[in-house]
Amino acid sequence: MKKTVNKSAWAGLLCAAALLALVVILENVLDPNKNIMVFAALKKGAVYALVAVSMNLLNGFTGLFSLGQAGFMLLGAYTYAILTIPVSQREAVYYIYNGSAVNFSLPELFGGGAFGLVLGVVLALVLGGCVAAAVAWLIGLPVLRLKSDYLAIATLGFGEIIRAVFQWDKLGPVTNGANALKNFPTFSSFNITNGSGETVLRLSTFTAFLLAGICIAVVVLLINSTYGRAFKAIRDDEVAAEAMGINLSKHKRLAFVISSFFAGVGGGMFAMFANQAQAKTFTTAMTYEILLIVVIGGIGSVSGSCIAAFLYVAASEWWLRFLDAETFIGGFKVPLLRNGFRMVVFSVVIMIVVLFFRRGIMGDKELPDLLKKRRKEGAK
Amino acid sequence: MQYAISILLSGVSLGGQYALIAIGYTMVYGILRLINFAHGDVFMVAGLMMVYLTASLPLAASIPLVLVLTVLLGFIIERAAYKPLREAPRMSVMISAIGVSYLLQNLATYVTGGLPKMYPEIPGISNTITIAGVPTKVVTVVTPVLVLVLVLALTQLIHHTKVGMAMRAVAKDFETAQLMGIKINAVISVTFIIGSFLAAVGSVLYFTNYQSIVPLSGALPGLRAFVAAVFGGIGSIPGAVVGAFIIGISESVIKGSSWSIFSDAFTFALLIIILVVKPTGLFGEKVTDKV
Repeated sequence: MKKTVNKSAWAGLLCAAALLALVVILENVLDPNKNIMVFAALKKGAVYALVAVSMNLLNGFTGLFSLGQAGFMLLGAYTYAILTIPVSQREAVYYIYNGSAVNFSLPELFGGGAFGLVLGVVLALVLGGCVAAAVAWLIGLPVLRLKSDYLAIATLGFGEIIRAVFQWDKLGPVTNGANALKNFPTFSSFNITNGSGETVLRLSTFTAFLLAGICIAVVVLLINSTYGRAFKAIRDDEVAAEAMGINLSKHKRLAFVISSFFAGVGGGMFAMFANQAQAKTFTTAMTYEILLIVVIGGIGSVSGSCIAAFLYVAASEWWLRFLDAETFIGGFKVPLLRNGFRMVVFSVVIMIVVLFFRRGIMGDKELPDLLKKRRKEGAK
Repeated sequence: MQYAISILLSGVSLGGQYALIAIGYTMVYGILRLINFAHGDVFMVAGLMMVYLTASLPLAASIPLVLVLTVLLGFIIERAAYKPLREAPRMSVMISAIGVSYLLQNLATYVTGGLPKMYPEIPGISNTITIAGVPTKVVTVVTPVLVLVLVLALTQLIHHTKVGMAMRAVAKDFETAQLMGIKINAVISVTFIIGSFLAAVGSVLYFTNYQSIVPLSGALPGLRAFVAAVFGGIGSIPGAVVGAFIIGISESVIKGSSWSIFSDAFTFALLIIILVVKPTGLFGEKVTDKV
């Protein structure tokens, strides 16, 4: 048993390394100016994959139906942005409030340069996650006593409250009120340039994949640990789990806090992707999007969430774009095609998945499970 | 003083409009144990239908047509998106509701092109009158009266007709009601029809006050109305009405103060406090397994 676990762990690591190498090669071979869509979809997909996995940890593995993901992403994004905007830019970003109340920037504290950038960004992301986790702990005290749809609506409410607080004028010197925070290091800051400013090695998509990959790997390890098994036991039957000696409230809180931590990290990465952090982007619609990704991928499947995140982002941002443009075939104008039609088709597809393929792409299986099954069938 | 009166007036009329939406939530929840996330969007679609119908039809024809079409929409949504999932876990139905809400919003964006639409003026209730020295629209006064009439009619329906009795039975115990020969699907359809009808009436009143409609205009009023339903005790119609008036008045008071950005935050904070302190709400039945 031990041996097979090691083997599959190595195989997983190898696959991840191969994927990362592929991303680096792809990014440096294809011209990113001609393939903006491809790389935007890949980066956003990586960010959404992480957030979807964090939501799946809660909804799929612990059975706690929470809809607060966008709120926790907001916390992560703002923490990241506030801690990393260069001091010289603060005046310009916070011009309405005559400068920022926070007058340091993590990458510069670590001496700037490549080393400072990496350390500062990683630390800011982790701190963003910690802020989200701390808030989740506080929220969890009252809210985790609720069940199913009441929990969903209460966490949804907390997302709205967090959004209102961050748009509050009085907090302007810290959060910049309802205005966007910008000019902080983004994924593109990780491209390596030579002395004359030309890009030598593009690493922006690679960075997104690496960060998301590490976080998802941690979640997978957690799910396979005793804690993960306790979470699944709570999902399947609370009463039985309690009878087996699992401390319900402790484990629920743990799952909620960890999920929010990774949602916070994902929020920071979303800010890096979008080049700005603004409270009004983190609406309930965003939570719904992530929930739909989790459903399409299969509730209770990490690899399903990852695949679905890339499919969802690629389909909505890239493949279905043609539905938004008015098209003529010869002299005939194709009916219905105009701005907004893409999202209609897309939501119809989602409804079909929700109604008729309720198990999603993967059900509660993981990719290796499917391969193993095939091998067994082949052996027979 | 005048300021206080005008705030109170707008709060009462807002509360009445929320009450009409909240009844739809509370009735569906009472029977299916489902938060019908699409209900707010049905309300928004009713508003949009009015905009498009009045463009080509006279007002006297378009108002009844809007009511009928909204009822039809509610009925179709229930049959297409919720009925196939009757045996599925509760969460699947809720996800389906979120999907319907997403679909309706995207459809509305497509049809309107994402631009805000102006709601037509309805003669009679769009006119301005002066109450206690405060100018306001007639709709402000009409709303609470109309809400009272409709709620009284609804309570009569629920307590004194066969269908109403069936609805109460289904809400009490789904399976036993089925065994007693009650046609569950018909009862659920009636619930959705009543809910959509009230939402359509609510949309006429609401959008006469706040004239611009965007695809997202249904989402927040919907959530606020849901909070009102929980506040009053989910499943209870008088509770939903009282809750809606409280939510409407407090929203109007907060919007009028310097804390206006926190008006929704307050609503949700109220929801969480209610859920934690008294999950059955003001008038809810004492059932322990609901929360």
